[in-house]
Order: sequence, then C-alpha cells, then structure tokens
Amino acid sequence: MADVTTNMRRPSPAHASGPKPRRAFSRKNIMIYSILFVLAVYYLLPFYVMLMTSLKGLAEIRTGNIFAPPMEITFEPWAKAWATVCTGLNCDGLSRGFWNSVKITVPSVFFSIAVASVNGYALSMWRFKGANVFFTILIIGAFIPYQVMIYPIVVLLREIGLYGNLGGLVLVHTVFGMPILTLLFRNYFSSVPEELFKAARVDGARFWTIYFKIMLPMAVPIFVVAVILQTTAIWNDFLFGVIYTRPENYPMTVQLNNIVNSVTGVKEYNVNMAATLLSGVVPLTIYFLSGKLFVRGIAAGAVKG
Amino acid sequence: MSQSGKPTALFKNLSAKIAAIPMVLTALMVFVGCSVWTIIYSFTNSRLLPSAEWVGLDQYERLWGTRRWLISIENLAIYGILMLILALVIGFLLAALIDQKIRFEDGFRTIFLYPYALSFIVTGLVWQWLLNPEFGIQNAVRNLGFETFSFDPLYNPDTVLYGVLIAGLWHTSGLVMCLMLAGLRGIDEDVWKATKIDGIPAWKTYIVVVIPMMRPVFITTLVLVTSGIIKLYDLVIAQTGGGPGLASEVPAKFVFDMMFVSQNLAQGFAASTMMLVAVIFVIIPWAYLEFGGKKHG
Repeated sequence: MADVTTNMRRPSPAHASGPKPRRAFSRKNIMIYSILFVLAVYYLLPFYVMLMTSLKGLAEIRTGNIFAPPMEITFEPWAKAWATVCTGLNCDGLSRGFWNSVKITVPSVFFSIAVASVNGYALSMWRFKGANVFFTILIIGAFIPYQVMIYPIVVLLREIGLYGNLGGLVLVHTVFGMPILTLLFRNYFSSVPEELFKAARVDGARFWTIYFKIMLPMAVPIFVVAVILQTTAIWNDFLFGVIYTRPENYPMTVQLNNIVNSVTGVKEYNVNMAATLLSGVVPLTIYFLSGKLFVRGIAAGAVKG
Repeated sequence: MSQSGKPTALFKNLSAKIAAIPMVLTALMVFVGCSVWTIIYSFTNSRLLPSAEWVGLDQYERLWGTRRWLISIENLAIYGILMLILALVIGFLLAALIDQKIRFEDGFRTIFLYPYALSFIVTGLVWQWLLNPEFGIQNAVRNLGFETFSFDPLYNPDTVLYGVLIAGLWHTSGLVMCLMLAGLRGIDEDVWKATKIDGIPAWKTYIVVVIPMMRPVFITTLVLVTSGIIKLYDLVIAQTGGGPGLASEVPAKFVFDMMFVSQNLAQGFAASTMMLVAVIFVIIPWAYLEFGGKKHG
C-alpha cells in the first residue's frame, strides 16, 4: 500500500526518469478527487444558496427548500435591493451605498498607493538616517488592534474638520493601508538592480525624476497587485465606514448590514440575499479577473520585513 | 550638482525626507501617538468626552468585574483556539490535496479562496441565512424526512460560537491553503525522492519531514490568522449581533459599544488597552523567533 502511494507521488519534473505512466483512475486519485469535490461543494454552497434565494419569491421561500432552484425566476428582489429597499432614513436602496463605496474606494486606493509607493521607493533607494526606525514602527503598527487607535483618530479628524466626511475616511484608509503597501513596494524596489539607479543618478536625475521616469513604469505589475489588494480591502471595510462617516455617506457594507439586520418590518429574505450578492459583486469580479495576482497580493501580507 | 556648499546633514537627501513625511506622521502620530493617548486616557474617568481626571486603575478594576467583558474574553479565547487549530489543519489538508498533481488545480484553488474576497459582513449574512432554523439547513434536512433533525447553532447560547466559527473558517481557510501551498511548493523535490527511496510512507513524510521544514510558513500563517482573530468584529455584527443575549460578544465589539454607544469612553480605552497587551504577548515571541533566530542561524 505504501508503495502504491509513494509511486504515485511527485512524478518529478523529469518524466523521462521513467515513473510508470500516471493512471487517471487509480484508487488514490479517485479518493483525492472525491474529497476535493465534496469540499468544493461545501465552499460553493453559500454562493449557490444566495443566488437561488435571491431569484425566488417570498412565498416560495416560505414553503420550499433553500437548496432547491427557483420554480419561478423573479428579478424583483434584485431591483428592490438596488433601488427601493429602505434603510432607516431613506428608501433609495443599496445603490446609494454602492456609489458611496465607489466614492470612498477610488480616492482611498489612489492615495494609499501613491503614498506607499513613494515610501517604498525612498526606503529602498534613498535611505536616510532614521528611515528604518519609522519603517519598523509602521510594520509593528500593522499589528496594533484598530480599537486602540479609533477614538484618538476621531479627535484628530474633528480637529482638522474632516470627521464625518469622505475625506476623513480616505485619510484613515491611506494611513492604515500604509504598512502593508509600503512593505510591498519596498520589497519590490529593493529587487531592482542598483546599477540602474546609479546610472540614472550619474545622468543627473533626481528623486522625483527617477521615480516617475524609471521606477513607476517598471513597477506596473506591483501597482496592479496593490490596486487589487486595496480595492478589495477598502470595499469590504465595515469598521472604519461605520465610525468615520455619517449615515448619508455609509459605504455599502454598513448599509447592507443595516438592511438585513433591521428589526422592523417583514424579513424579505430574497431581497436580503440579492443585496448581499450585490455587495459582493465588486470584490468577486476583481477576484475572478485577477487570478494569480490576487494570490500575490495575499502573499505580500506574508512576506517578512 | 547641487553640492555648492557643504550640505548639512539635515538637507542631505532632502527630497526623500520630504517624501517620507506622510510615513513619519503616520508612524509617530497615529501608531505611536494614538496608542499612547488611549493608554493614558484609560486611567481617567472619561465618559461622553475625554476628561483629564485621573482615577488610576479604577477603570481596569471595573472592566475585570464586568460580566460582559469576561464573556467577551472567554468567547474570543474559545473561538481563537478552535479557529487557529482548524484553520491550520483544514488549510494544510486542502493544500496537500491540491499539491497531488491533480487536474483542475486552478479551478479548485479558485473555489477554495473566493470566500476570502468577500467581506465579513457578506460572510456573516450568508451563514445567518443558511443556519436559519426555519428556512435553512435544518429545515431542508427535515424536509428529507428527518423530522427531529436539529441544527440551529445561532439560536442557542451554548453553540452560537460554533456557528460563527463555521462562517469564519469558510472565509479564512482558503487564505491558509494559499500560504501552505506556497510553502509546499517551496520544498525541494529531492526531499520527496529521498523519503521515497527509504520507503517512508507519504503521510509520515508530511509529518516528520515536510511540516518541520515549513516552520516559517506556519509561523507567518499563525501570526496572520491570530491578528485576524483579535480583530473579530464585523462577522459577529452581521451574523449574530452579539446574541443571543451576550453569548457571542467579543472584545472588539465591547470596545466599540463602550466608546460609541454607551458613552463610557474610559471603559473602552481600558478594554482596548487590554487588547493591545494581548497582541504584544503574541507578537513578542513571534518577533523573537523570526528575527532573533535569524541572526544566530
């Protein structure tokens, strides 16, 4: 038995070295595929149920089975979730939260990446005395629970008149995105050959010229990774949204939670699930389009400083 | 070029220093400044607004005498330990299965990782719906003929944490798989060849050789998952709202409610300071293992 399993393992890059041809239906393979298949069903189930529930009428939900596909497909829950469902003050649906999230995410992603890429560039190529002290603080700061800092930040934002504004929230996202992104860019720019940098300096190029003319065009892939990482993180944020904005500016996550967990009125499960799916559309699209780059963004979090 | 006179140390590399101002401000004002501010004000009797009236350790005494805080801590400990163990085990098993030179590897990986792209709010709401006893899994199984089947973890104070755990694992295990898979792929083929020649069975190779070799990956994963656990907040808000009763309260929610709902700022400060202390206890051994060990090795 042991021999069978070890034979199957790792045919090694050199197929020429002559392991037996792989049988597609060995006992081991059947077992692996069936386990993976069952697990895949478990991971996909919530998505499937969300989708099915969102396409059913309320009557069918009450009498039927959540796993059953809809007998009569209706898109009404989607329309209602997007345009007319009520959240406390207003009844213009989740579209408000969607546009708020866009207004929050776009500038936050832009500023956090702009600041962090310059940080990473300065830290890897223009090291000045004390730079690494601040970098270390930044990395340690990434582990401080947000709860420790949220209130003093409220005070700070109030002082500069940004509390409750989108601007304040953008600033908060820029600050809290800084550790991981700076690390990402610092590691990337450290791998750029030093000769390139030296040659540019010999030619008389200065800090910003080198950054914009040489480093920026070279670092496009890492910028894409950073955009994926930040867009997903900021779109999915709940805590900062609920603390640093006013209800009319609430991002989609906060609005979604208010819709589904409101205690008043009849629970419209189909509308709730349509709303939940709508909130997941942006990160899921990014995820499916980006593929391996998404994984690279995750791995960035795991890279040691 | 610009070295006309003797540039003083301050003006050397000036552009880089100017460019680093946001980083310096973030590091000093937010990460250091705000943390210190919170710690200091945890010794005051701030209520609706921060006040400077010093009360020593009163807030901490009150905190540790508060039932809700004790429940929160206990919940986080139970959730955290189970989450760590299960996330690592499931993540590793998934990675090991995917690493068997299978077909559709990308497909499986995409399926296992997609929950991680969703927010905790979405995760919590889906699982709230699936675990709804009236319409969810329980009802579906009962419809199959198992009339007495019972599966409603969210409505029972004794089991609600496990309901949250199911959702948390669904969300996070893909991330662990991803990191573990990278670790497995980093292991030299020769290791497998050598153990194969020695006739060591695969499962034993994993336990005795591969896992010890993946120590850095395990440590990184441990730290990532742990820092996620301590932040646990959105998932509970969406899935249970802390209920039934206080049964699924967590520290992060306690802090938020004290600061922004109950107008009891100093209690929030004291509680968040305790969270910071907990993190320090996790980080220091890790930093020691990671960076202390490297210098000698």
